[in-house]
Amino acid sequence: MNMLCQDCNKREAQVHLTQIVNNEKVSLSLCKECAAARGFHSPLDNVPFPLAEILSGLVHPGPEVEKVPPKEELTCTACGLTFTQFTRQGRFGCGECYNAFRSRLEVIMRKIHGASLHRGRNPEYDKIDQQASMPIREEERLSQELEKAIADEDFERAAELRDKLKTVREKLAVEETSKG
Amino acid sequence: MFDKMAETPAAWLSGQGEEALVVLSTRIRLARNVAGCRYPTTADTDTRKRIISYFDSVVTRTSSLSEGQYCKATDIDNLDRDFLVERHLISPVFLNGDLSKAVLIGRNEQLSIMVNEEDHLRIQALSSGLDPQGAFDLAMKYEGEIGRHLEYDYDRDFGFLTACPTNAGTGMRASVLIHLPGLVLTRDIDKVISRITRSGLIVRGFYGEGSDVLGNLFQVSNQNTLGLSEADIISRITKVTREIIEEEAKARNRLDDEAADMIEDKIWRAYGILKHARVLTSEEVMNLLSAVRLGHAMKIIDFLDVALINEILLLSQPAHLQKYYKTEMDQSRRDFVRAQMVRQKLRKVGP
Repeated sequence: MNMLCQDCNKREAQVHLTQIVNNEKVSLSLCKECAAARGFHSPLDNVPFPLAEILSGLVHPGPEVEKVPPKEELTCTACGLTFTQFTRQGRFGCGECYNAFRSRLEVIMRKIHGASLHRGRNPEYDKIDQQASMPIREEERLSQELEKAIADEDFERAAELRDKLKTVREKLAVEETSKG
Repeated sequence: MFDKMAETPAAWLSGQGEEALVVLSTRIRLARNVAGCRYPTTADTDTRKRIISYFDSVVTRTSSLSEGQYCKATDIDNLDRDFLVERHLISPVFLNGDLSKAVLIGRNEQLSIMVNEEDHLRIQALSSGLDPQGAFDLAMKYEGEIGRHLEYDYDRDFGFLTACPTNAGTGMRASVLIHLPGLVLTRDIDKVISRITRSGLIVRGFYGEGSDVLGNLFQVSNQNTLGLSEADIISRITKVTREIIEEEAKARNRLDDEAADMIEDKIWRAYGILKHARVLTSEEVMNLLSAVRLGHAMKIIDFLDVALINEILLLSQPAHLQKYYKTEMDQSRRDFVRAQMVRQKLRKVGP
């Protein structure tokens, strides 16, 4: 029997593709119509990303995460998007959403990118010392930012950075051990 | 619109540049949003129109942009839309839904800027062959010029902010379109793909009917945009593409050692069909051209050049064919006219 399209469950799946996202395999089998709806158009086109699969994994996590009590809803004050809506549609409503959901984005960014801090250019690139934009290690940058936050007496930010630094150091320690 | 463009081959398919026998083209895309404005998918029409008018004034003030072709979505008909998609100047979903959108196409089509796609701005540079640095420099030049007039959404943790979390950080997607018939024929392609995906890149082939990858064309691109610098992305994709090219070369050598007659026959049969067929679908042309491209690279067919193979590939796409013949046609008519176009292009060269 032929395989059915996983989106519509009606037509025969004709487009098959497998992507590996941060070591997790994501397979798609779609009919031509649903493939087109997801933006698969021709081999000459952009690569779509299985974001829906990743975000739905966050919403329906495995058994080991289920012990964590449900978190309160976050809402973006600028555009009104809620965090739940965001995980459903996979899109932010505006730049302010990043601020509103900041505390939960680290996990999502790690799932998607394997990292949660920007290391590329910034808009001030031409104005400031070029050294400052050179890629540096995440740990190093977090420590620097933490010092700055403490100096600025921005304790909320400092607490946030301290948590991040802890996660990064734990990750580094795990990597060290697995190497040894 | 775009009639003149339809008569000239796309610069990014000129067959020039490094590794052009295997790599067709390189693309760099930068996603940017204007600070303080809702993203296009959730914004109301007024906001979207405001973004366009901001960009209008950037274009007027920037000479390198104002010499390009700048059009509003409402001025682009369906055929022109498909034409621009086939030419990689806009994305397939760009002109769906609300039409408060615009696109700027730079001279030589090496640059295109979509306004109000998923993000306010999608700046894209295209280059022939393997050239991530060249395409990146071009995209950054325009990103910088636009950035003098518009403030981009930026966050100290998440970098350039984008509608989709998969683009945040550098907002940069580098992709390379690569032809891998050797690895497909030796069935080593899966092995190579799974190795590459471990290095943070995505390889995607597009499967038509059956199990064959259409035209043996694959796209390699970076999956991660956050946590690594633009230079990291460029060096990673360059390094990995070179590794794939090496694997492809090994596969071709193996084919040459173990099945030379079969391969030669496959290539000449493909050429024969292209040269004489009276009806050809675009998928069929893609697959046949793959064999001919291989034949050219393996010096089995010595009278063709890559530029001509690329030109036929592009012109055989449905919208290109109709623009080229300046008339709209249904599918069966197109299949007939396509075969005619291919014969005409091949008439001037070789046996």
